[in-house]
Amino acid sequence: MVLENCEIETTVFERPDSLTGTTTHYCPGCTHGIANRLIAEVIDEMGMREKTIGVASVGCSVFIYNYLNMDFVQAPHGRAPAMATGIKRVLPDRMVFTYQGDGDLASIGMAEIVHAAARGENISVFFLNNTNYGMTGGQMAPTSMPGQKTTSSQTGRDVETQGFPIRVSEMFSKLDGASYIVRRSLHDPKHIRMAKKAIRMAFETQVHGLGFSMVELLSICPTNWGISPLNSIKWLEEKMIPYYPLGDYKIHPALAEIKL
Amino acid sequence: MPLKGRIVVTEKYCKGCELCVSSCPQEVLALANDRITAKGYHPATMVADGCTGCGICSVICPEAAITVYREKTGVNRIPA
Amino acid sequence: MSLELMKGNEAVAEAAVRAGVVSYFGYPITPQTELLEYMSHRMPELGRAFVQAESELGAINMVYGAACTGYRTMTSSSSPGVSLMLEGVSYIAGTELPMVIVNVMRGGPGLGNIAPAQSDYNQMVHGGGHGDYRCIVLAPCSVQESVDLTVLAFDLADKYRSIVVILTDGSIGQMMEACELPPMQPLKTTFADWAVQGCEGRERRFLTSINLDPAAQEEMNYRLLKRWIDVEANEIRCQEYYMEDAEYVVTGFGSSARIALSAVRTARAEGIKVGLIRPITLNPFPRQVYADLSDKIKGMLVVEMNAGQMLEDVLAANRYRTPTEFFARLGGVVPFPDEVLGEIHRMVETPISTDGHPRDRWLARVLAKG
Repeated sequence: MVLENCEIETTVFERPDSLTGTTTHYCPGCTHGIANRLIAEVIDEMGMREKTIGVASVGCSVFIYNYLNMDFVQAPHGRAPAMATGIKRVLPDRMVFTYQGDGDLASIGMAEIVHAAARGENISVFFLNNTNYGMTGGQMAPTSMPGQKTTSSQTGRDVETQGFPIRVSEMFSKLDGASYIVRRSLHDPKHIRMAKKAIRMAFETQVHGLGFSMVELLSICPTNWGISPLNSIKWLEEKMIPYYPLGDYKIHPALAEIKL
Repeated sequence: MPLKGRIVVTEKYCKGCELCVSSCPQEVLALANDRITAKGYHPATMVADGCTGCGICSVICPEAAITVYREKTGVNRIPA
Repeated sequence: MSLELMKGNEAVAEAAVRAGVVSYFGYPITPQTELLEYMSHRMPELGRAFVQAESELGAINMVYGAACTGYRTMTSSSSPGVSLMLEGVSYIAGTELPMVIVNVMRGGPGLGNIAPAQSDYNQMVHGGGHGDYRCIVLAPCSVQESVDLTVLAFDLADKYRSIVVILTDGSIGQMMEACELPPMQPLKTTFADWAVQGCEGRERRFLTSINLDPAAQEEMNYRLLKRWIDVEANEIRCQEYYMEDAEYVVTGFGSSARIALSAVRTARAEGIKVGLIRPITLNPFPRQVYADLSDKIKGMLVVEMNAGQMLEDVLAANRYRTPTEFFARLGGVVPFPDEVLGEIHRMVETPISTDGHPRDRWLARVLAKG
């Protein structure tokens, strides 16, 4: 156990309560770990652990229910927004969120997420975009960029035969039911801090009954990109951010009133 | 003079990804090449003085393995 | 005791409401859309949850989420829509959650048509989703029975942490008959120890159908099987008509049984000693009833609106002892009682062949007629 010597020092950071003590199966340097921790920190700061139900999806984050210490259910691939809808409609006063990767959300689950957003379901969605299908070994995803090499686009994504990626946050900005749609990144401390604020705002959107919230988080995947975590950070900055610009895509006007 | 800080790495969580090492503004962290964790990773550790308890390492650590302390102001400083 | 004239689909919906269903998620598909439409105004009227999902896939997954909370939940669809739901059905079974699903069968396969059929027997009884799971399958043949079995479905679902299917068809769903509705049940206030509602005041829980360790998955499968043995021991329901002195038996389920009953009554009036066996639970199947058919029975006629699905279960339960014939209409065609009566006459007047498969003999006759 790690203790502070309260007489002479303060604790600047320690593991949030809402993280279980289980070591994760994520690859070294995987930003899922950061996102999991940020969600835990925010839920602790809001004091909402006992009133939150998480919906795990299928992908590298499938076992998130082992890492976050709160009630959870596990959804079939792509269906988390539908499961979250079912839970939230029956238990409207609980905080319900989904945690999905880019294959889960933007490929097989595209109908479920678009309609949950269009219906303005009061749920929060955390969308980890690392431009590939991680769990199954690095195949092309709807977010893989033109020319990007993946195990199912081995000479680089050919837009002639394999089409173009989907910019989900931009797409959702046009949905009237969507209330908080932002894209952030997890590649450096400054952006991680901004991501944490966005996660908090997404939950506040839900708690204030303002509708559908989603935070798209640009993430790295060192293992399937075939480069080190440090080089993956560079790749995210140089290649992903120009294609998936960070920013606020839809902000409900009432959110301006909320002071944290 | 910056406040003195210290970090403690809970080694069972550390996967030797080096994100903290490269993020530390004071460059006091490195992977310990002389030992490995139970999972076979070289854990991060403080290798130099100069930690200011800024917490940047704990922000970037994907495993929440790092606890960060900073001395309180107005208390006798332990000389660096 | 007041009777109301109700359409089958709407009667099922109101029966579910009275049985305390708290959420309904569905999608339009003929011939069950009336159930969705009825719920779309009745559920909000009572402050309960209703969502028309983006597809049947969305609907079944909303049901999956709602089922995790421990509250009663249901969906309804028809054959092609149920195919879309089977992924969710397997997951719900794998998570051992109670749920009620109504399948108002129509002609197929593929898009088929919107006419009544019974060709989803195998899909519902022998599992259409992946993995070793079993749903309890109830087959009403009238609007009143649909109401009664809907209430039973929710009780069985909770009792056995299982999926219960109410299997009707386009004609039962669309027909209007007098029925007595049950009283309005109060909603649940206590919940099972697996229900996920937020971990206030207790250890947190999670519900998943994942068991990465095969040994754990095997344990889970044994648990499902043991539960099924319980269901088989306690929940078989079957109705027999005119069987005491029967020399011939007709058997079918749902609409085909109801049509056959008319033919059986006419045959009885003609002096033919024929009876009817109508399984109400298709799963668990009333195997013993067929196993116990006495050697005095000279012939059995299986009547279905499919190409011989319950037929196989009947033959196996009967151990191939009783000479058996088969009659069917397919693709959404509904047989008339006099067609069945004609088959009864043929069975009585000509010795039943024991060569080959009853379905093949029937098909040969159909194709010979041209």
